[in-house]
Amino acid sequence: MSTTQERTVPSICESFGNERSRMMDIVLEVQDKLGCVDAETIDAIAAATDAPRVDVESVVSFYSFTSQKPKGKVVIRLSSDVPDIMAGALDVARGLEEELGIRFGETTPDGMFTLEWTSCIGMSDQAPAALVNGLVMPSLGPGTARRGVQILRERNNLEDLQGTLIREYGDGENSHDLVRAAVRNNIRRPGKVIFGRMESGAGLIKALAMSPAEVIRGIKTARLRGRGGAGFPTGMKWEFTRAAGGDDRTLICNADEGEPGTFKDRVILTERPDLLFEGMTIAGYAIGAKIGLLYLRAEYSYLREYLEHVLERRREQRLLGSRVCGKEGFEFDIRIQMGAGAYICGEETALISSCEGLRGDPKNRPPFPAQHGYLGTPTSVNNVETLCCVAPILEMGPGWFSSIGSAGSTGTKLLSISGDCMRRGVYEVPFGTTLREVFEMCGASEPAAVQVGGPSGQMVGPDDYAREICFDDLATGGSLMIFGPRRNLLEIASQFMEFFIEESCGYCTPCRVGNVLLKERLDKILAGLGEKSDLEYLQKLATTIKTTSRCGLGQTSANPVLSTIENFKMLYERLLKEPEEGRQRSFDIQTALSQAQDLTGRESVHFKQG
Amino acid sequence: MNNNNQKISLTIDGVEVQGKPGQTILEAAEAAAVYIPRLCWMKNLTAAGSCRVCSVRANGRVQSACTQPIGPGMVVENDTEELRELRRNLIDMLFVEGNHFCMFCEKSGECELQALAYRFGITAPKYPFMFPQRDLDASHPEILVDRNRCILCGRCVRASQELDGKHVFGFVGRGTTKRLAVNAPDNLAQTDAEADDQAVAACPTGSLLVKRVGYAVPVGQRKFDHSPIGSEIENSDVQD
Repeated sequence: MSTTQERTVPSICESFGNERSRMMDIVLEVQDKLGCVDAETIDAIAAATDAPRVDVESVVSFYSFTSQKPKGKVVIRLSSDVPDIMAGALDVARGLEEELGIRFGETTPDGMFTLEWTSCIGMSDQAPAALVNGLVMPSLGPGTARRGVQILRERNNLEDLQGTLIREYGDGENSHDLVRAAVRNNIRRPGKVIFGRMESGAGLIKALAMSPAEVIRGIKTARLRGRGGAGFPTGMKWEFTRAAGGDDRTLICNADEGEPGTFKDRVILTERPDLLFEGMTIAGYAIGAKIGLLYLRAEYSYLREYLEHVLERRREQRLLGSRVCGKEGFEFDIRIQMGAGAYICGEETALISSCEGLRGDPKNRPPFPAQHGYLGTPTSVNNVETLCCVAPILEMGPGWFSSIGSAGSTGTKLLSISGDCMRRGVYEVPFGTTLREVFEMCGASEPAAVQVGGPSGQMVGPDDYAREICFDDLATGGSLMIFGPRRNLLEIASQFMEFFIEESCGYCTPCRVGNVLLKERLDKILAGLGEKSDLEYLQKLATTIKTTSRCGLGQTSANPVLSTIENFKMLYERLLKEPEEGRQRSFDIQTALSQAQDLTGRESVHFKQG
Repeated sequence: MNNNNQKISLTIDGVEVQGKPGQTILEAAEAAAVYIPRLCWMKNLTAAGSCRVCSVRANGRVQSACTQPIGPGMVVENDTEELRELRRNLIDMLFVEGNHFCMFCEKSGECELQALAYRFGITAPKYPFMFPQRDLDASHPEILVDRNRCILCGRCVRASQELDGKHVFGFVGRGTTKRLAVNAPDNLAQTDAEADDQAVAACPTGSLLVKRVGYAVPVGQRKFDHSPIGSEIENSDVQD
């Protein structure tokens, strides 16, 4: 270990109080400073935090953005999300490989560049997109990607990646001094709750004039439900958390927007951070929490400095800290907890594990987070969009809110629209909007299918276009990927399965093993080697995964297969044939014999080639 | 007030069972001489709920019996065709995920994975073998780690911490790359593991073996050679 390492690691650990529960922050900062967290560094972290080294290794090896092996000075992570592939990510990949002379997963011999695929980075509206170290490079083509690499080589200046690579900053706060991103907001349709009105801060003042119980009653009267997809009544969640024993409670805002095709939280974090922090403060007041954590996905780390700045301003304005708004006895502050590249951490108990400095394994329930959450405290985990509804409800009244939307689903929903349409971006629509109305808004003519709710949601076709987006019909976290008539829908389903295999935490059997098996059979069918019996095989396997998995990831990971079988069965049937001569269609005698032939050095007497 | 005297009444496959407050479905069933198949669960260890083999329907919802507390009037389905099929599928998955060659394994006859397969009438898995490349750690003078046979149940991880007061094992990686690791930079010999650690005995398969004692009990006289796994519970007395 070099002397810099010897000094760096303990001082980083010390800056987080040598606390094991801050392991995420520690390994992320070590990764940032040293480029990797190798075996010796793991020992050093373990020594400083008095943790078993295998527990440190466990964390480092779990997350995509931490690595035990050194990588290039510039790590290019290209998004492998379906909308990115549709927009030409494979061409970009080929361009980069040619330019650098390496394949994806490799590092250039000079240690300068590493190429990697990564799951959706929240830029499906400006795909294909990549992260260059932390910097977002949207709307790439093979040419621009190659030129970027050339410029980096020529200038050899990694201190100011923005200045080197970005010619034009995006709209709104994307061009803020602390953001300086090429990202565009693409707010196509502001609605009544989040993007259509100005923030005033009146919601917080009103809330603090009420009792916490009254605030919760207001949220219940407004019938606010969680916007992450599951739709649990927010007021009830807060009530459970408040009713749980003990003095310490925690509010966590889930900004681990990882569902492929979703990017609305990115836009909220860019344009409405005060609305979010105001909602978090009100939530903290309602449940009786002193601390709020914003769990920010690693892909959005480019927004971190800016968000810290907004928090600092709010502290100066007395909107955070001790005696918020002068309210005696109400103390609340917000800390940003960075994620490190793991879709599973969007699941609330996995998110809590991650906040606690552990690998992002979901926890067993019961106990539920409302009773026993972050570091054992009663915890409410709420989605970014949900928390953004809170201040407007307090300010305008529950009646105003519940008059928007449909009976069982009040308010508006932010849709992240990507894929084959004219106007990709964020749409704030009242609940109850039909898919057909959505297509009209975004300019999608006659789509062959639409993926509602990301890979974990469902793929629906024209028969379902009159259905409504709401909790009682098509419930969704807001990801809508639109597929034109020329897309291969089963190929897309296979790409979704690849995503789940990549993102499964591996804790439980059905999700860890079953998804691999599902994709194997789906790919066999796509290769034209499927038999009629494969359909039943897929259905039974998918049902096993869905029924027995431990958390929401595994309980929904088979949906790409199940929903395509349900809604596009003819696509399967077209590919399935009866086996010939009683042999499995996927069985090839020459392939089966090849290893034995290599070993013996002679051909089979019975099964001669050709 | 003594909570232990309170009874909670529930039914398992239509038969009324008396459980105690704080018990899980699996524990209440076991006390009532009802066997719920399981792999990652072990007495005196925190329940993990990872293998899912103990999946039951509790009040209509599929739950892992080892983590789900009982409740008054709870209706549990355990030995139904639906659940038997789900369990068979899960056991099949564990077989194809690793490299399990029972005929070469010195744990044969004592292996819980093998015994479950026999109990469920599985002679060959219905899923294609994955044949993963996994490594073997023979560094320790007395203990062998063969990850080919590891089913990631975590019994050794928990037993080392909870019963041995050590921290020999842990999991690293995620998804398909998740694997059993030891609390040392390279191998087991660098840890404080000992042959009589409960962690070693906790392994349900042949993934952790004490060296040089493999055939002390001959094949034919082994734990599951004559009666199926679970029969010891089914033949036990109902506890009060």
